[in-house]
Amino acid sequence: MKALSRIYISLIVFFLYAPVLVMIAFSFNESASVWVFNGFSTKWYTGLLTDTIMLNALKHTLIIAILSATISTVIGTAAAVGITSLKNKFIKNSLMSVTQIPMMNADIVTGISLMLLFIFICKLIGLTESLGFVTVLIAHITFNLPYVILSVLPKLRQTDANLSEAALDLGCTPVQAFFKVVLPSIMTGIATGFIMAFTLSLDDFVISYFTCGHYQTLPIIIYNMTKKSVTPDAYALSTIIFVAIFILLILYNILQGKNEKTARKGYAK
Amino acid sequence: MKRFIAIFSIITLICISFSGCGYNYAQLNVEDGSYSKDLKGTTLTVYNWGEYISDGSDGSIDVNREFEKLTGIKVNYLTFESNETMYSQIKSGGVNYDIVIPSDYMIERLIKENMLRKIDTSKLSNYHLIDDKYKNVYFDPNNEYSVPYNVGMVGIIYNSKIYKDLEHSWKVLWDKKYKDMTLNFNNPRDAFMTAQMILGQDLNSENKKDWDKAAKLLKKGKANLQAYVMDEVYGKMETGEAAIAPYYAGDYLTMYESNNDLRFFYPKEGTNIFIDSACILKNAQNYEAAVLYLNFLMEPEIATANAEYIGYASPNTAVINNPDYYYYQNEILYPNEKDIPKVQYYHNISEDIRSYYENLWIDLKLY
Amino acid sequence: MKRKSLGNKLIACPYIVWSALFIVIPLLIMFYFALTDANGVFTLANLSDIGRYKKAFGISILYAAISTVITLLLAYPMAYFMTKLKVSNQRMLLMIVMIPMWMNFLIRTYSWITILANTGIVNTFLGKLGIGPLKLIYTPAAVILGMVYDFIPYMILPIYSVMSKIDNSLLEASEDLGSNAFNKFKKVIFPLSRPGIISGITMVFVPSVSTFYISQKLGGNKTMLIGDVIEYFFNLGPVYYNVASAISLVLMLLILLCMFVMNRFSDDDDGGVII
Repeated sequence: MKALSRIYISLIVFFLYAPVLVMIAFSFNESASVWVFNGFSTKWYTGLLTDTIMLNALKHTLIIAILSATISTVIGTAAAVGITSLKNKFIKNSLMSVTQIPMMNADIVTGISLMLLFIFICKLIGLTESLGFVTVLIAHITFNLPYVILSVLPKLRQTDANLSEAALDLGCTPVQAFFKVVLPSIMTGIATGFIMAFTLSLDDFVISYFTCGHYQTLPIIIYNMTKKSVTPDAYALSTIIFVAIFILLILYNILQGKNEKTARKGYAK
Repeated sequence: MKRFIAIFSIITLICISFSGCGYNYAQLNVEDGSYSKDLKGTTLTVYNWGEYISDGSDGSIDVNREFEKLTGIKVNYLTFESNETMYSQIKSGGVNYDIVIPSDYMIERLIKENMLRKIDTSKLSNYHLIDDKYKNVYFDPNNEYSVPYNVGMVGIIYNSKIYKDLEHSWKVLWDKKYKDMTLNFNNPRDAFMTAQMILGQDLNSENKKDWDKAAKLLKKGKANLQAYVMDEVYGKMETGEAAIAPYYAGDYLTMYESNNDLRFFYPKEGTNIFIDSACILKNAQNYEAAVLYLNFLMEPEIATANAEYIGYASPNTAVINNPDYYYYQNEILYPNEKDIPKVQYYHNISEDIRSYYENLWIDLKLY
Repeated sequence: MKRKSLGNKLIACPYIVWSALFIVIPLLIMFYFALTDANGVFTLANLSDIGRYKKAFGISILYAAISTVITLLLAYPMAYFMTKLKVSNQRMLLMIVMIPMWMNFLIRTYSWITILANTGIVNTFLGKLGIGPLKLIYTPAAVILGMVYDFIPYMILPIYSVMSKIDNSLLEASEDLGSNAFNKFKKVIFPLSRPGIISGITMVFVPSVSTFYISQKLGGNKTMLIGDVIEYFFNLGPVYYNVASAISLVLMLLILLCMFVMNRFSDDDDGGVII
């Protein structure tokens, strides 16, 4: 049984990584083809250094991912705290339903509806240009929020309400009580939410496609490339991202491993 | 002997192009004063086809960077993949662009919808370099709105190692002999063209029955095709994954570099000819910079670099008559008078017909 | 005490405003577009024309359903086997499953072309074994493979996350009460992992049914899924926004309907999605 499970796991992992391996292999291709391997070369990596379009897109992607993850974590955590303290069932339930819309809805519908909104608003206030940095940021925050809220909520439910009351009794202001008692106990949920938000933002293509205007992120550039001929430089960049993520996650894992207790729930996803 | 000369000339041209790799700013032969730095610090947004400008790869000139160096204007360069997506973007009101480089029929449409700004060609010191053949064309009879960038024709590329003696006709795409080895365009206008040519129709027919007939023919041929593709045709033809594909002549020349078994012909039924021209949009934010940029694109060095990078035929006489130009007197790009196929331009079609054929196209896909 | 809870309620306000502005209103605008023509005049024509695209809806749902089932069948044992590993190995494996999600899915999908093409890696390998080239690429199977590949982590993770929380003492108890392996699975593991399955199905089905990239690349553009139709219309310009909105609206309602039917089968008290 054990051997069987090992084999099965290996097969699935192989399935997950087969295209990634192909990508890495062809990023070292001598020729411009991602079809035929003509020899080893690192020219696509060195070429990346001067590829302003690609580097700009990477910069855009990272800026959007970091900003949207941070903002949605702040707003989302606040919302989760607020929602938990709501007594009115109806308001609570309708708020939860609205929260789930971006998760249940197809990305394409979310993207299109946001784009229509942005264009509509800008026509209203007479701006000639509506789509860009701000709109893609708003869109990303919007689809990140539910994931943050839904990772923080369960942690809040587990938090003992008496604890923060005790803190108040001991003379803390409500704000102090929140930062000293509640926040540390929901920290793992917040961290999970942030990482989820960051991941989703980094990988999002569909919603950015409809809302980014000039502010093209990496997935958009790659999409345009796959409509034309893909050259190994896109593979090279993805390989670098792959390695960076790998290192990051290993670091994250080591940090988490230090605290077994948090690790148990650290990947609520 | 003819082939020997062709091969020999290609080899010399390759050598020349390699020795010519060291293009740099110093060699850019620009008259003093024609590019002022007055607009330094402003931004110019250019919206062009993907892979449609020399970008500095493989030792070519990075056109946008050279322009930035020369004028201090920042170029915000964005790309689209079809005339229709370009139109959709500029029409949606979501984004502003200064310069767009669409094809003929789309320019006609933009002019009609009052979306372009007139260009004062007297301000363009290089405008005289444009070949008279490409001036006063149907979509811009008074040369008010557009400056030709590239011209081209559609033909059929095939792999001579896999198939020999092809009939020089669009019909090969329907021939069962080549089942699963043929490709067709993944955009309605060009795909319909292949059928319309067989049927001997006017490419700009305003008669719905004509479009129905063409759609019927396309449906008949769908099972014979491997796929509908645009630029993925490169990978497919270069590796032999597919053997017959209609595409633009200039792209064939690029593919040939990777696979010398590829051949090209213009079908006997005739084909489409197109002109892609640079235009300035009505709501351009930086008109002055846009004019400078248009002029810069016609600089002999820049135009040559672009023509060599893209591989399409150039409308610029400084390129065509330059013996050092890689595709100098290339018989596919610049056929002799007697070899020129029957050609038709696309025209802007009425909204009614356009939406009719767009729906036929979706029906074809869902067929 | 009272002040505290009031303060707590107030800090949800930014979110309430945000969700009204960017979740609710955009959907209303889409509604408006779906029910008007290009000149803003009320019409039902967009919606009554939907029948044109019934085939696109049909194959989208069919492909998505097939790929969801395959994904579930592949992911469930994976999640189960994962919970049987040492905790440190579990963490490692989770990372391994998550990493591809961090990489651009367009690139990963595109790589499949290199693997599946007639002159691709699989066929070259088969050719060496003397097996003639198989037609792998540009088939419905290739599209479904692409969906399974792209969304399988979204199935593994929720199922694993639920399963890893199953109390071991429950399993021991069932063994003590004489359950065999099959009964243990049927009576304990499966019912307890159901919320994970439900959210996994949601997270695979929704993106599969609405995808507009996989079918273009792996299906050779020979057919259109409903996502492709929507994208196509949007790219034709503002005149077509109304039709595209109408199709989006119907797609949204269809998905909600599917989810509603699914939720009937779950006894998840929150009605929420586990991620």
